[in-house]
Amino acid sequence: MIAAIAFYVFAAVLIGSAALVVSSRNPVHSVLFLILAFFNAAGLFLLAGAEFLAMVLVIVYVGAVAVLFLFVVMMLDVNFDQMREGVQRYAPIGAAVGAVLFLELIVTVAGWQFVPNVTLHLASATPAGVTNTAALGHLIYTDYIFLFQAAGLILLVAMIGAIVLTHRERGASRRQNIGVQQARTMANTLEMMTVAIGAGSRQTGILRPLPPPARPLDDHDDHGHGGHDDGHGHDDHAHAGGH
Amino acid sequence: MNAFLASGPGQVLITLVETLLLLVPLLISVAYLTVAERKILGAIQLRKGPNVVGFWGLLQAFADALKMIMKEQIIPTGANRFLFVIAPMLTMVLALMAWAVIPVTDGWAISDINVGILYLFAISSLSVYGIIIAGWASNSKYAFLGALRSAAQMVSYEVSIGFVIVTVLLCAGTLNLTGIVRSQSTIWFVVPLFPMFIVYFVSALAETNRPPFDLAEGESEIVAGFLVEYSGISWGLFFLGEYANMILQAAMMTILFLGGWLPVFGLSFIPGPIWFIAKIIFVLFFFIWVRATFPRFRYDQLMRLGWKVFLPLSLFWLVLTAGVLVFMGWLPHSA
Repeated sequence: MIAAIAFYVFAAVLIGSAALVVSSRNPVHSVLFLILAFFNAAGLFLLAGAEFLAMVLVIVYVGAVAVLFLFVVMMLDVNFDQMREGVQRYAPIGAAVGAVLFLELIVTVAGWQFVPNVTLHLASATPAGVTNTAALGHLIYTDYIFLFQAAGLILLVAMIGAIVLTHRERGASRRQNIGVQQARTMANTLEMMTVAIGAGSRQTGILRPLPPPARPLDDHDDHGHGGHDDGHGHDDHAHAGGH
Repeated sequence: MNAFLASGPGQVLITLVETLLLLVPLLISVAYLTVAERKILGAIQLRKGPNVVGFWGLLQAFADALKMIMKEQIIPTGANRFLFVIAPMLTMVLALMAWAVIPVTDGWAISDINVGILYLFAISSLSVYGIIIAGWASNSKYAFLGALRSAAQMVSYEVSIGFVIVTVLLCAGTLNLTGIVRSQSTIWFVVPLFPMFIVYFVSALAETNRPPFDLAEGESEIVAGFLVEYSGISWGLFFLGEYANMILQAAMMTILFLGGWLPVFGLSFIPGPIWFIAKIIFVLFFFIWVRATFPRFRYDQLMRLGWKVFLPLSLFWLVLTAGVLVFMGWLPHSA
């Protein structure tokens, strides 16, 4: 009985929040409703006895993916009212496409026929007495390990592709090179000088650091602050004045 | 009576009583952790710490709580009222929720589920939402900056925490927390997996937004980050949530690496819960010690440490552990 109540609560909140994802005016609210929907889907997984899937859903989608969604949505300054202006005009087309898809779904599901005793014919049924985490692990990492590895490689290629497409080498940025910083010693950093009283910095040879070299003209990068500066290690002109 | 306790409502009643028995001591320890932190910080900085309210300053926690409850709670005009109020509650609830699966001693978990460690990982990865929602709902620049920092920080350090947990799971052969502690009866995982323990400890500092990783607050640069607009008890809930999360992370470290309730030196006449609490206090002392010792990280250093040091290190150690376990035939087969 309690399981039935829990099912209907999870299902009702899931559908309600899913509807609010698409209908709420504020995009941040949409993402928060999406998170609520994920949560309730995890609850439904739990009721179905798939505790591993439920936890992974929360960890991956709620804990990581939705955080990034929220991050992006909060950062973007999108005027959603402006985007909504066309809704009136395009709504009939959207509704028509939706209706066709829905009809197809009904036709498919209505014509679906199960073999009698379908659970006996499953290619890989969960063995009795094995937790579903162990069963999933056996299936993915033992029976279908090559397919799993192939899926992993495809994701890796996609990731490399995304990085290659978006990465820009910013030659002029002031990046901290910790190795160079830590390799500095007293000998190549400090120089003790005896400064005559009344002598200016020009007479004693104490110079300010040189200005960073001018950027090449074909560099259109706006974000650099000019000049290579790897950890101040090669700044021969920065002398510490001896006190 | 026994028939009633075995029935549905009886089970609900038992669970409620168990929850109270766990949460009340937990909330009291949260209160005293704040006092303990100030006392320890005081000792490290050669001063007394709170010593006026009650004997030896022991009632300071309750004085603070009373003060926070009595203070006016201000909701900024531009704030999103609902989310602004719900964010501190969310932080606190998530910090308490995770305790449902923590085994205080053998068989003393409210819910001894098969995927206990995944549940803990899931709940601790959610604690970022309290901060993000607070930062966004406050409608303030500093709060928003704090929220963004926190989001990036949590996502980065969760990756290495995940790998550390997988390494422990390889050695334990189970996702059940009781099972993980039992598998440490011959040797605690802190010995063979010491580098992973360090990685986990530092990531736990980052995950709980403790110094030196408290960039989400960063009072010297973004005033107090996501806490800027909060006052009164809603600020207090964030504060208590942070300490409850600290205790939770210490408990996770105890279970994953320090053998949970298992005794040391064969001192098994001391009951399990005492060992468990003693180990948690030991880890918490390190949390506070670190706070007193290290300056705050710069943001790029934080990201560099997470992605360029901890991620490769934990990945390498994961592969190494798996290789050693397979090569030596030590893999636990507890299907």
